[in-house]
Amino acid sequence: MILYSFSFYIFSSVTILSSLMVISSKNPVHSVLFLILSFVNTSALFILLGAEFLAMILIVVYVGAVAVLFLFVVMMLDINFIKLKEGFLQYLPVALILGAVLLIELIIIFLSKNLMPISKVKYLESPTFSTVGNTRELGNILYTNYFYLFQICGLILLVAMIGSIVLTLRTRDGVKKQKIFNQINTNSKKIIDKKRIPLWKGLK
Amino acid sequence: MIVSLHHYLFLGAIIFTIGVIGIFLNKKNVIIILMSIELILLSVSINFVAFSSYMNDISGQIFVMFILTVAAAEAAIGLAILVVFFRNKNSISVEDINKMKG
Repeated sequence: MILYSFSFYIFSSVTILSSLMVISSKNPVHSVLFLILSFVNTSALFILLGAEFLAMILIVVYVGAVAVLFLFVVMMLDINFIKLKEGFLQYLPVALILGAVLLIELIIIFLSKNLMPISKVKYLESPTFSTVGNTRELGNILYTNYFYLFQICGLILLVAMIGSIVLTLRTRDGVKKQKIFNQINTNSKKIIDKKRIPLWKGLK
Repeated sequence: MIVSLHHYLFLGAIIFTIGVIGIFLNKKNVIIILMSIELILLSVSINFVAFSSYMNDISGQIFVMFILTVAAAEAAIGLAILVVFFRNKNSISVEDINKMKG
């Protein structure tokens, strides 16, 4: 149990520090890398909570797809990033006050007696670890009770894919590209012109 | 030294606050704002998984999967909009997004 709490404090402190670095570092590439560090530590926390499948999914989806997408976009856009930091200190007091108020409110809510009435809901003292395996349990419930939501998730991903393709697709002028639709749809009678060539005279 | 549910809830609250502060601080860089939104979604996921584990109810983890889906879709669409915006305006500052005068 000592090891458990020790690893919890290690992983959570690294998560908090790296997420602080995400919002405060000067270079967006560093921000993305700290975001990856934060995700990896959160996945370790998920393992501590007994959610192994989600921990692996978090690494695959967030680190493997989302963070790489961020890196790709940061490196693709050619921006002067030092200029972007100019208004940073201007908003710092407002942001700090707002953040402090928000954090204090959340902590008050969590510490209040009404959030967790022992009589109504049973909260355990320590996290539960399933005996048959986390992935099997998730699959049992995901494909039965939450099947329609699961399908809607697929639809959301499809819409996102088509949307991002439609947004970023552009046709450039001056690129020599085969247009198959136009090729097939041409009328041969208009394109091909039959002419009788007179002898010794040729075409005009 | 026992790690209770409150520890995880406080961690989620701290990361959520950091995300909100990040949105306020980086007004000139939309990429960092998108990353802050990812942080906020991450904190919500931490809360869901913590509740699911401490209440011995697997449903919370299902919802984390849905959050993951939505976060991935949101990141893809957001970055696509960002690329299109950068092509048109040659900048990614929030203050330049004023064409609609909303």
